[in-house]
Amino acid sequence: MRVRVDGEERIAEEGQTVAAVLLAAGRDSWRTTRFGGRPRGLFCGIGVCFDCLVVVNGVPDVRACLRPVAEGDDIRSQDGAEVPS
Amino acid sequence: MRRVVVVGAGPAGTAAARAAASFGVEVVLIDAAPTPGGRHRWDARGAGARAELPDEVEHLPESAVWAIEPVPGGHRVHVRTGPVDGPERTGRAIEARALVLATGAHDRALPFPGWDLPGVCTAGAARAMARDQGIAVGERVIVAGTGPFLLSAAVSLVEAGARVTAIFEAGDPVPGFITRPGGALAGWTKAGELARYAATLARHDVPLCRRSAVIAAFGKDRVEAVLAARLDRDWRPVPHSLRRFEVDAVAVGFGFTPQLELAVAARCDLEDGFVAVNAAQATSVPGVFAAGDLTGVGGADLAAAEGAVAGAAAAKLLGARVRAPIGAMRRVRAGRRFAAALAEAYPLRPGWREWLREDTPVCRCEEVAYGAFRRAVEELDVGDARVLELATGAGLGLCQGRICGRSVAELAGLPETADAFARRPIAAPVRLGELAEDVPVDEGP
Repeated sequence: MRVRVDGEERIAEEGQTVAAVLLAAGRDSWRTTRFGGRPRGLFCGIGVCFDCLVVVNGVPDVRACLRPVAEGDDIRSQDGAEVPS
Repeated sequence: MRRVVVVGAGPAGTAAARAAASFGVEVVLIDAAPTPGGRHRWDARGAGARAELPDEVEHLPESAVWAIEPVPGGHRVHVRTGPVDGPERTGRAIEARALVLATGAHDRALPFPGWDLPGVCTAGAARAMARDQGIAVGERVIVAGTGPFLLSAAVSLVEAGARVTAIFEAGDPVPGFITRPGGALAGWTKAGELARYAATLARHDVPLCRRSAVIAAFGKDRVEAVLAARLDRDWRPVPHSLRRFEVDAVAVGFGFTPQLELAVAARCDLEDGFVAVNAAQATSVPGVFAAGDLTGVGGADLAAAEGAVAGAAAAKLLGARVRAPIGAMRRVRAGRRFAAALAEAYPLRPGWREWLREDTPVCRCEEVAYGAFRRAVEELDVGDARVLELATGAGLGLCQGRICGRSVAELAGLPETADAFARRPIAAPVRLGELAEDVPVDEGP
């Protein structure tokens, strides 16, 4: 299936999580923290740490490690605390 | 109301659902993942893993239980179903006479300088990414922490194509197993598994260094190197034992923390940080059962056996004619001995506090540095988790203290550290619009 990662088209596979798509794309971080602006990516891998938050189809705060990709998903890095677009 | 609701479809939950359904009662199995099986299984071939569910079980995949509340004659379970954290999830409230909680556990990570750098992740994350998604979290990886799960994570990484530079085991586990021969014997099935892991790691030339730990990670925007040290008995770094390794990922795990929020919301009694259960897996709350890592960490076989007992007991509560699950109860007893030996063999020692520096974040969400944290604790009388949160900011963030709670409670010297942060009335994130929505209540048969 086709998805977009920060505007760039990528091929993803059924059953992949958004975090797997991002790691496969060579990304190790896709969010910045609210205070220090520090990069964050995968940490707990099981949906409890909320470090891997990402914007999917305009909706922020989606846990990349749990969310399965869907055809046409628009995946975007999250900058601090974002409001839904 | 005449139904069993099982929360969590790992080895314990799937076994509970299967057992209850086999006695002819209605079963709803709720799980966050799209497919049953759970995430952090001890072994890929473990009993109950990737199990087929019988048709009688109504499986609700991609479903988050965000609250439970008591209602006359049972409990009401609040569920959102749909893509994780998406706005299009649908709400439902399901009532049940019997509730089986099998929500599992997640890796415990101790703070250390640089643990917030991308490339540092939990052993469970590295293993799940390797095994479920076929992706190694790095090319050169160090695995560090304590417990046999580290070996499983290292094997998964090797099999996904990573070069595992070393495994640093902070403990010195052999003496623990020798002092508890009954426990080691009970874990005999695991011994074969550990031997297989050891063979794979030996073939790939992965050294296992005991009484050693990664005490710092370095890098600008991601991990580039780590500092490893020999540890003394209390896990304090031994002077002049530091070694630097160039790596692009570190997988850390210091045992597991049970996901207690639903059990705490149901007001189940806890014991040593786990849900207290009797021989029928019944908690202190009538109609609520618990199975798997919630009651103590002992691997998939024990979890599945506990699930089978809990499912049978739940069916019996509904009035089904139930044969006592003698085989499963025997496996539970043996598994518990193994779990006790495991806990004794891999204790956490307090010297990890000496790995911290002034600027080390102890709370990742709120970016609370150890120095500021310590000063706030010294200046204010911090007697419990709520005050600690407000005084320091630690535990107030998105993860609600799931990652840092036990560690900051220990750093602050709180009396109850294992479950200090487990009271979370909203157990999974919901958006405000979802909270405001009127949802149908399914009272069942």
